[in-house]
This record gives sequence, C-alpha cells and structure tokens, in this order.
Amino acid sequence: MDSRITDKLKILADAAKYDVSCSSSGGKRKNENKGLGNAEGMGICHSYTEDGRCVSLLKILLTNHCIFDCAYCVTRKSNDVERAAFTVQEVVDLTINFYRRNYIEGLFLSSGIFKNADYTMERLVRVAKKLRNDHKFNGYIHLKTIPGASEELIKEAGLYADRLSVNIELPSEASLQQLAPEKNYSEILLPMGSISQQLLQAKEEKKLFKSAPAFAPAGQSTQLIVGASAENDHQILQLSNQLYKSYSLKRVYYSGYVPVSSDNRLPIITEPPIIRENRIYQADWLMRFYGFDAKEIVDELHPNLELDIDPKLAWALRNRFAFPVEINIADYEMILRVPGIGVKSAKKIVSARRFTHLNFEHLRQMGVVLKRAKYFITCQTKSLQRQELDSQQIRNKILFGDGSVRSALLTQQLDLFRQVG
Amino acid sequence: MHLYTYDGTFEGLLTVVFEAYERKAWPASIEQEQVAQPIMFGETIAVIADEQKAQRVWQGLQKKLSAGALQELYYTYLWEQAGFDRIIFDYIRLVFETKENIEGNFAAPCVLQIQQAAKQVHREKHRMEAFVRFQKTADELFYATISPDFNVLPLILNHFRKRYADQRWAIYDTRRRYGIYYDLHNTSFIKLEQPLRQGTNMPDGVMDAEEDKYRQLWQVYFDHVNIPERKNPKLHLRHIPRRYWKYLSEKQPQALR
Repeated sequence: MDSRITDKLKILADAAKYDVSCSSSGGKRKNENKGLGNAEGMGICHSYTEDGRCVSLLKILLTNHCIFDCAYCVTRKSNDVERAAFTVQEVVDLTINFYRRNYIEGLFLSSGIFKNADYTMERLVRVAKKLRNDHKFNGYIHLKTIPGASEELIKEAGLYADRLSVNIELPSEASLQQLAPEKNYSEILLPMGSISQQLLQAKEEKKLFKSAPAFAPAGQSTQLIVGASAENDHQILQLSNQLYKSYSLKRVYYSGYVPVSSDNRLPIITEPPIIRENRIYQADWLMRFYGFDAKEIVDELHPNLELDIDPKLAWALRNRFAFPVEINIADYEMILRVPGIGVKSAKKIVSARRFTHLNFEHLRQMGVVLKRAKYFITCQTKSLQRQELDSQQIRNKILFGDGSVRSALLTQQLDLFRQVG
Repeated sequence: MHLYTYDGTFEGLLTVVFEAYERKAWPASIEQEQVAQPIMFGETIAVIADEQKAQRVWQGLQKKLSAGALQELYYTYLWEQAGFDRIIFDYIRLVFETKENIEGNFAAPCVLQIQQAAKQVHREKHRMEAFVRFQKTADELFYATISPDFNVLPLILNHFRKRYADQRWAIYDTRRRYGIYYDLHNTSFIKLEQPLRQGTNMPDGVMDAEEDKYRQLWQVYFDHVNIPERKNPKLHLRHIPRRYWKYLSEKQPQALR
C-alpha cells in the first residue's frame, strides 16, 4: 500500500479530530444528475469511535502547516509535531472512495493557515469545486472558513459546500488575545456576519426564482472551547444565545479542552472537562428546543451549571412554585419543563390525553422516565410522593436514592474538582 | 373459536381482516400456514390472499389514517416478531370501530405496540443504512451482506438507489436469503445459491485491486480520529452494540486487516 498517503491520513486526521462538529444533516442536495451521493434529509452516523463520538464525515485538515501560534491548538506553529499536506486530488480520491463504500456521508475539510488566509481558502474551495463539478458528488461537504479570507472566496465556498463554519474557539476577546494573539474577534465575526447575510439573501432569491443557486443549505456553525480559558458557563451561554439570535447559527459546538500542549498560557488540567461540556450541551438544548431563556439557566448569581445534576432539574429545584404539574391539563410548554420528560414524551402525553385521563401506569407504558419526573408531576391530582419534600431532599433522593445510577466518570470528575477546589 | 391462517404476506394478512369482517367472526388466533398447528376445537379458516379484498381494507384504512400511521402498520409487518399479525389485526379493528382518529391514543395497547414495533424497525433500517460496508469487486460491483434483526431490505432500497445512482451495487440478506441488486437503471430482488459472505476470506481475484487499500485507509482513519483521553466504552457500545460489529470493517481484529 502507498504508505505516504497512509502517513498523511494519520497526521491530518489526528490534527482535525479536536473539531467536534460532526453533523451531516440539513443539506437539501438531491441526486438529480445521476451522480454520486444524496444529501437530502437526515444525516447518518456511519460509525462511532471508542470515545463515543459519531463518525459521519471524513474529517481532515488539508495541511497542518500553520503560521499562527494559538496556544490551545495542536497545529500551532511552535508545536513540535510532524507536518504534512494533502494535494487536492488526494482529498478528492479519499472522499469518493470512502463514500462509494458507504463509510461516510461526506467531507469535513479544514486547514492550518499556510502563506495567508486567501491562499488557504482558495485550496479548500478547489477541493469542493472539483468534487461537485468533476465527480458529480452530491454528498455532504462542510468547509471551514479561514478567518480573514476574502468575501468572494467565502461566497464561492457557499456555492459548493452544504455547511460553512468559522470557529470562535475562545469565548471572550480577552482570552483570544491572550491565547491566540494573531486572531481577533472582529476578524472572526466578519465572515460569520457575511455568511449569515448570504444565507438570508439566497433564501430571498430562492423565493423569487426556484432555480437560484443554493448557498450552504445546511447553514453555518461554530465551536467554543470549554476549559482552556477562565470564562464561566454564564458567559459561554450568553455568547451562544447571542450567536443563535444575531447570526442565526444552526449549531454552536462545545469542545471540552483536551490538554494538547504544555504551553504556560494554559491551565494545567489532567483530563478534559467532559461532564461540564455535557452540561453545557444540555443547557444549549434547553435554549433551542425547550423554550428556556439563557437567563433562566444561569445568571450572575449562579454563573456555573451544577455538575452533578442536569440544568433542567437544577432549574426545577430553584423554581418549586411552578410545580407540581398536572399531566392531564398542563400546557405542552410546561410539561416540557418537567425534569426527565423530553420532547417526544411530552408530545405523546399531550396526544394521548385527548383520549383518556392518564395515570402513572399509562406514562410508564409510554416509556416516560419517571425517575426525576415523579417529584414534579401529578396524574389526576394523585402524586407518587407521600410526603412533601423540599428541594434539598428531592435532590438527595435523585442523586443517592433507590435506582440512582452515577456513572464512574461523573464520580471521578467530581472527585477531581473537589481535590482542586 | 376461529383460527385464521394465511400465506405470510402483507396482502394475505389484510385479506384475513376482510374475511373476518365478512363473516363477523373474530379470530381467536391468526397464524401463518406453514407454522399453524391444527386446533381441536373450533374452526380453521384458511384465507387465500386476494388482491382486491386486501385493497379494499387498505383503502378503508387510507380514509381514516395518516400516511405516517399506514407506514407504521407496514413496518410492523416487517417486524416479523411473534404476534405481529395479531397486533396489526387489533389495530385495524380499533381503527374501523372508532369514529375519531386513534393514532395518538397511546393508552390503547395495540396503538402503543404498533408504535414501538415500528420504532424498532425504523431504527434497524437506519442502522443498516449506516453500517452497510460495500466491497468493490473486480467487475466493479459494490457488494455487501447483512443479517438484520428485522426484514428491512425493502425499506433501505430507496435510500441506496438514490445515493449510489452511478455504481452497480447489491445488498444481500443472508438470514432471509434474498437481496437487492441495482444495475444502473433498475433495482430488483435477487436470490443467490451461494452468496459470498462478507468478513470471510474472499477468493483471489474476486475483489478490485484497490479494495484492500481503501479498507485499510479507512481503518487507519478510524483509529486516528479517536481521542484516547476521552475514552468512553459504555457510550461506544450504546451506539454500536456488539452484534453490529460484524458489518464494520473498522471493527475487525488486526489479523483480518
């Protein structure tokens, strides 16, 4: 086997894996030219790595040569790692051959910055263009937008890619200055703003002319690194909230910082903050799908999410006056706010109660998880709780009572925090 | 006591419904001909699948159910687990005997069961769309074998036809002994005497010259996209339970690589 291409793949997959975006959904590209691939509808996870993350796209860097020196990044200039670069044709061949064997949904292509932003961006666009034009490839393409690249190149990228993303990485300007001195917020937000404008414009044109070219139909996303700088969860969620609102991002990804360098600008941690990352994702979901406002989840008084309970339970324990919720009459919005009840269960409840008065047995059969919910709901005014419990008691029962399962990981990470704090 | 037997087809099952209504004789049990045991008491009614009768039942259902609910009924047929025919019968009867639409009535056992069976089938369908791994043969056919828990081949056909419109491919269900084949124009169901099984050593010359190269590159990629510091075997197994590993070239032991 060609060992050169194997080595490149090792190096450039290793360098790309800290970007956590893996989504391959939301594209509307149909296979109408009898070509290869189809990216309409939902994405597919073709495999899962041993860290439990989905493998949906061939996620690689074009090169890990980089002129920047961002402290948190493996690829930074001053890091002593092996460097490699793919040719455009090599990336195209890998993508096509992986796709034909049903290994992947498409390509996620990012790059270290070599020479300058435009030179790098131009190469990325060339890969996408070649896939679309020479190979009639209709699979999913996610391109990273290089901060500082010209607007024309970004516009061209959007014609071939399904999704574009600019990574903010650090949740505040101050951290960015400290850890990534070559970058600045305005340079990152500029392409983000221009992409969101292009998206809007393309949508308008589509209304007028059905044949108008699509621009990144799966929208744009970004990533924030959690735990490499000092921001609290309140600051992080405020930022994502603002990004969802003002740049209409499809997703903000959070990447628990994995210690990849011993740079003295970074905090010394032994393990990535996986639990914190998970809680932030839960909070993000509450904002996007559960009708929660960022302010309800964390505020100046409680700036950090609790690690040992999920943010919805934490909110419910702080707002006991809103409970118990009567399953048979409460609004859908309120049922969604019950800890342990998700969107699917809430919808089933609202649908089934039109036919009969629901009791706890009905809920159990429908698959509604009552472990946490039972402290916050009544069915036909009956409760599963005999006595009145205060917030602290409920919390203890959920955490340590019958049937409580605490993952080894959680216990371990909480212990670490205790040792540090 | 009435025992209804049918030929195991969806059409046959719908004909059972028709006959039961025709006779106003509700089945004590419904069984497939080849497995049905003779009963000591009561009457055995051997139903012969009839396209027109089945069509009339289906049209009746179309008037009262959404497309999604009709699909769930068909999914439950492909579920093939013990008692599926009974659940489908009960559901159809509830549909015809209730004035309003019963789709959301999860408090009724058969509605819930249909919904859960369909969900299982849907998940298996989705998994097969994800876990099929084609191998390219010397004559440029992309070939894969599967042995899914439920009969999902008819459900994944469309997905693969749309996706791989410009390559010849075949997927063979080794458990149910049939497959689908796409010849660049049409798809058809096929039966093979001795299907090649994936995961076993292929005879020399059967595979494309580059097949090994790309399989190995994929394995290399899979190993290097993992972040060892975040190892989480429990989550890993939840996403790909061991019974699916047989499909995945990236999960094959080193010796086979």
